[in-house]
Amino acid sequence: MVVAIASGKGGTGKTTVAVNLALTLSGDMPVQVVDCDVEEPNVHLFLRPAIEVSEEVTLPVPVVDKTLCNGCGRCGEVCAFNAVIAIDTQVMVFPELCHGCGGCTRFCPVGAISEEPRGIGIVECGRAGRIEFVQGRVNVGNPLVPPVVRAVKAKIDRARPKVVIVDAPPGTSCPVVASVKDSDFCVLVTEPTPFGLNDLTLAVDMARELDVPFGVVINRSGLGNKDVLAYCRCEKIPVLLEIAFDRRYAACYARGGRLVEEFPELREAFRGLWRRIGVLAKAG
Amino acid sequence: MKELLVVSGKGGTGKTSLVGAFAVLAENKVLADCDVDASDLHLLLKPQVRETKEFYGSKKAVLHSERCNGCLVCVDVCRFGAISVGRSGRRSVLQGEIRIDPVSCEGCAVCSHACPQGAITMAENLSGHWFISDTPYGPLVHARLGVAEENSGKLVTQVRRQARSIAEERGSGYIITDGPPGIGCPVISSISGVDLALIVTEPTVAGSHDMARILELARHFGVNAMVCINKYDLDEGRTEDIERYCRREGIRLAGRIPFDEEVVNALARGAPAVMSPAGAGRTEGRASRAMREVWTEVSSRLG
Repeated sequence: MVVAIASGKGGTGKTTVAVNLALTLSGDMPVQVVDCDVEEPNVHLFLRPAIEVSEEVTLPVPVVDKTLCNGCGRCGEVCAFNAVIAIDTQVMVFPELCHGCGGCTRFCPVGAISEEPRGIGIVECGRAGRIEFVQGRVNVGNPLVPPVVRAVKAKIDRARPKVVIVDAPPGTSCPVVASVKDSDFCVLVTEPTPFGLNDLTLAVDMARELDVPFGVVINRSGLGNKDVLAYCRCEKIPVLLEIAFDRRYAACYARGGRLVEEFPELREAFRGLWRRIGVLAKAG
Repeated sequence: MKELLVVSGKGGTGKTSLVGAFAVLAENKVLADCDVDASDLHLLLKPQVRETKEFYGSKKAVLHSERCNGCLVCVDVCRFGAISVGRSGRRSVLQGEIRIDPVSCEGCAVCSHACPQGAITMAENLSGHWFISDTPYGPLVHARLGVAEENSGKLVTQVRRQARSIAEERGSGYIITDGPPGIGCPVISSISGVDLALIVTEPTVAGSHDMARILELARHFGVNAMVCINKYDLDEGRTEDIERYCRREGIRLAGRIPFDEEVVNALARGAPAVMSPAGAGRTEGRASRAMREVWTEVSSRLG
């Protein structure tokens, strides 16, 4: 079963939920944690895994053989991303704009364009105790995030019976969609503030759009107001867990500590979360 | 006119609350919200929308099945797995089972060029909206990207362009921009060419990790950066580590803001955490006072 943890907004506690759910379950079953927040991966700060394999993620970008190019300009016409520009008989390539669609190579009438891999990030795999761990990281300055997310998700092992917990990036756009798509269940983490509620409504739209069954975890419950609860009741969205605001929890998170190890009462709460996910994923 | 971007790498560090405070404190400015994915600034600034514009950020492939002969070239050439066929293969195509998934389609148009029947065309895709609004603190340009849409970078560019043109028209001193989280395409579009990036961080392992990534990004684009530590009293040892790191790297500090429930309460009321000098009737909270000092630092750096 693949469970994605998303939030709309950043900083609501997605990583906290992913890490602590994984730690709670790992005593009883095989667990794989997949950090798809490739712009700012944070799970490793809490699980502190030993990385065993590191692979570069590449995109195929064009290389023009000037001795073959006849300057027809077809490559520039077909490129939808302005990554190949043909001016007069000169062809210029801007690899950082290239999505790797292969159009210029395919449609060059004289076969003057070939492709070479360009590194845009890395995927790392390893273990943290009993937990299998995967994360991706985009290179700083690289705007193409979804291909790195897809490379991370390619490491999901659905064949063996286990739980896969995917930590998604914040927001609701392409990198998040790439993370949440094809999951069996999506946990939306929010906080009881107007920001939390606003972003939750966006995340709910996304989960509905992707047709993934979902429920809500309210973090820092007790702060702010009751509007998130009212919204969930009105929209018939199950509230799976409320984690109370507690300065001790915040301090534990701050230093990279593990909540379920320092506060055993939370272990039972995360077990309850898992039971509810199981029921709802089947129903959905 | 100076352009200030408030960013954080990590979400939830208090960026928007700080921009809300600056909205109250700065004079003669234009505000922009470049978090087009999950914008929140409007919750504090209560904008009255004056103009709504459609944003067409991408194209998507559209299949005209009456012209399709089921050759499946499109399926072979698409590198994004956006074109799929029903289970019975070629026969199912003729029954209209070929499908283009708009979420996976990157709009590269390779399928439309490759289709020998000319059965695939590219259509403009409505990816979101952007708005010009009035707020009690000045004009605000903001946007909303459609759910599951892409090209947020282009939408950010649109928001910035509009904010700049309003600022020029009015002779504003500042553009103050609330940035998106992360370091990907919307952040890259937000940061290029600004006069100063104020990086808001918090004294947590995740906060300092992400701050280092966004500082690297600012350096990559040659943008001046300052760092401000929010909720600094959550872990004062770590706050000192961050400050030491910044001094070593030659990054100017803009100040520290304590954790103060008053900020959350202000948020719950839907108001910026600092009061305008004119309305300063109540005693000011610790966080609010600190935000005022941060603005003094930042505005003196901006000149």
